[in-house]
Amino acid sequence: MGIRFVLMVNKQGQTRLAQYYEYLTIEERRALEGEIVRKCLARTEQQPFLIVVDKIDLHMWLILFHCGQCSFVEHRNYKIVYRRYASLFFLVGVDDGENELAILEFIHLLVETMDRHFGNVCELDIMFHLEKAHFMLEEMVMNGCIVETSKSNILTPIQLIDKTS
Amino acid sequence: MIRAIRACKTAAEERTVVRKECAAIRDTINENDQDYRHRNLAKLMFIHMLGYPTHFGQMECLKLIASPGFPEKRIGYLGLMLLLDERQEVLMLVTNSLKQYPVSIRNSFCFCILAFFYSDFQTNLNHTNQYIVGLALCALGNICSAEMARDLAPEVERLLQFRDPNVRKKAALCTIRIIKKVPDLAENFINSAAGLLREKHHGVLITGVQLCTELSKVCGEALEYFRMKCTEGLVRNLKDLVNSPYSPEYDVGGITDPFLHIRLLKLLRVLGEGDADASDCMNDILAQVATKTESNKVAGNAILYECVQTIMSVEDNGGLRVLAINILGRFLSNRDNNIRYVALNMLIKAVAADAQAVQRHRATILECVKDSDASIQKRALELVYSLVNESNVKSLTKELIDYLEVSDQDFRGDLTSKICSIVAKFAPEKIWYIDQMLKVLSEAGNFVKDEVWHSVIVVISNASDLHGYTVRALYRALQTSVEQESLVRVAVWCIGEYGDILVKNVGMLDLEDPITVTESDALDVVEMTVKRHASDLTTKAMALVALLKLCSRFPSCSERIRNVIIQYKGNLLLELQQRSIEFNRIIANYQNIRSILVERMPVLDEANFVGRRDGSLPGTASTPTGPSVNLPNGVTKTSVAPLVDLLDLNSDEAPAPSSSGGDLLQDLLGVDLPSTSEQFG
Repeated sequence: MGIRFVLMVNKQGQTRLAQYYEYLTIEERRALEGEIVRKCLARTEQQPFLIVVDKIDLHMWLILFHCGQCSFVEHRNYKIVYRRYASLFFLVGVDDGENELAILEFIHLLVETMDRHFGNVCELDIMFHLEKAHFMLEEMVMNGCIVETSKSNILTPIQLIDKTS
Repeated sequence: MIRAIRACKTAAEERTVVRKECAAIRDTINENDQDYRHRNLAKLMFIHMLGYPTHFGQMECLKLIASPGFPEKRIGYLGLMLLLDERQEVLMLVTNSLKQYPVSIRNSFCFCILAFFYSDFQTNLNHTNQYIVGLALCALGNICSAEMARDLAPEVERLLQFRDPNVRKKAALCTIRIIKKVPDLAENFINSAAGLLREKHHGVLITGVQLCTELSKVCGEALEYFRMKCTEGLVRNLKDLVNSPYSPEYDVGGITDPFLHIRLLKLLRVLGEGDADASDCMNDILAQVATKTESNKVAGNAILYECVQTIMSVEDNGGLRVLAINILGRFLSNRDNNIRYVALNMLIKAVAADAQAVQRHRATILECVKDSDASIQKRALELVYSLVNESNVKSLTKELIDYLEVSDQDFRGDLTSKICSIVAKFAPEKIWYIDQMLKVLSEAGNFVKDEVWHSVIVVISNASDLHGYTVRALYRALQTSVEQESLVRVAVWCIGEYGDILVKNVGMLDLEDPITVTESDALDVVEMTVKRHASDLTTKAMALVALLKLCSRFPSCSERIRNVIIQYKGNLLLELQQRSIEFNRIIANYQNIRSILVERMPVLDEANFVGRRDGSLPGTASTPTGPSVNLPNGVTKTSVAPLVDLLDLNSDEAPAPSSSGGDLLQDLLGVDLPSTSEQFG
């Protein structure tokens, strides 16, 4: 049940973060990522983007590139919920019983959390602080279920590490 | 390193960089360098993400976990979760005799976690340790195997009552993993799980709710228990949440913790399903959520969506159902595609419960089929398909066929097959069926599956009063859409069979426009098909048979037909060449039996065809040797071979590149076999 994987992929289709909650071999992962990325990226290119500015967060990173297409794609036995933030795509694979809209909201929460930590987070932040991005994700999702939705609760352990090191 | 990899232009360059890095990391691992250990692991994670093997780093993770500092432990666990997984672990067990793993990884891993648990309990619980316990739980929750689940279940159960909420919530999720791996253990957790539902801390509550949901799924006893003891509490929880004042920490778009809302609703759904009392208990709150939740933000809509789902699956309550369907109706007319998508999704499920209510939104749903978004189209089409019944089939089919004309290439395949099955399933009368199928064939003949046009032919052959009408309609359609392969096939077959009807305008229906077709017009069409380069083998072969048939229908044209047929006697395709030679001989040498030979097909047995298509009936075509043995002496030996070949086109030696088409030919002609041979006798 719940979330099967979380992927972050840039516009060129390179994976920037991958977390799976079920076992797949490395080859399967690569194949799956390739297929999904091709499918989702192709969809978003079909239409020009309408820019919708989220009222709460006005800085660049959180300008949502909202396109007319719907954010759900069915692939194999997954449903992929994706959302694009600037040059980065967030893709979450879920199974059938999951609430797609909630996952969409979850992606936004993840981005906001990262944003609070890194301050104006961008693709490079995630690349160079991969472990921190993973920590955050780990505090939020465990074994495919959502653990915590409060940003400060998510970030306390991470700030603790920063303090000690 | 990451910079270096980023700088790589090609995959080959990237591979070299990665290989070098891996070598360097291995070296430092061998040197046992303390300081670089966690940096190495971070690098390894990156390499792993790119899809390279990183198994040599697994031992490093364990070393890091065993180190005293929190940051090292942290990254050690992370690495462990990413790099290690169930299968590799099992693999390791098998190969634990290998030198580099003197101790089984699994055991040492278990031991590590156990050691942490014990040390954490034994030393007075201090600040850092809470997090370490959390880490261990997290790792366990993500990768634990069945054996580990058994070993560690008591520990986890104890941790469910731990002082710190962050540990409790992780323990709850860890329990989910455990009960999924070993469902027998579920009973032990029922009490502590129910305890979690009384929590105030959102994190614990949300995980507790998820745990209860999972428990109810794997264990009937748990379900009963929660139903009895917890339903009211849950309803109260949800009520508090809905009425809670603004809390900035959990606020998403003006709603407090929508995720918790959704999980609560989900658990209520599990509890209410099939239980009237529990359903009664939650009616009020469901109504409240459904009416009070704001629907101008994604979060609000997510809750509404979940709420509708719950309403649809708990025990019947008419008023709530109406409310739910109305919400879906509102969703359907929303501008946001995501919302429309979930609405369609939900309506598909709602059709089973209340088809009548869904029918009201038919017009909107049909609009969705025409949407530009592929995901929405697909959903909407499925929904329309489930909405079709005898009373609305005509109007729905008309809409769909109209849309077929303008639809996207990618979507046509799906759309065509759905239309075909709708038409076949609900057709009120034959003439309507034929009309619709001809439309589909001429619009999207290339997307039509073989069995579909096969069955069209079967239906046509059964509708004897409509032969004239059909063949004329096909003739007309063929003038405009030559490109649609399966239309051409059906048309050619019909013209071959009913060419005389076509020319003589037999069986004219009132609604038809009169049409004059001469014998040579009809021949033109067939000849064109056979000569067209785009036609494939099956079509050409069918056209040749049609020509042969026409030669007895139009005796005056037999010389012209023979000329066309003769052109194929040197054809590179064996099938066409063989037919050409055989047919030529029949026309030239066996005029006396020709008319009997190419007589109109007897009516094809519909039930037989359907049965064979479904694979429930064995093929009834007679064996190839049957007729040749029974042939009377009057026919000379030379003609026996072509005759048999003619009638049994798919005998083994004949090449059948397009086997599906050939199958039908065999079916059609195979059925013919007994009757012709009877006539010889």
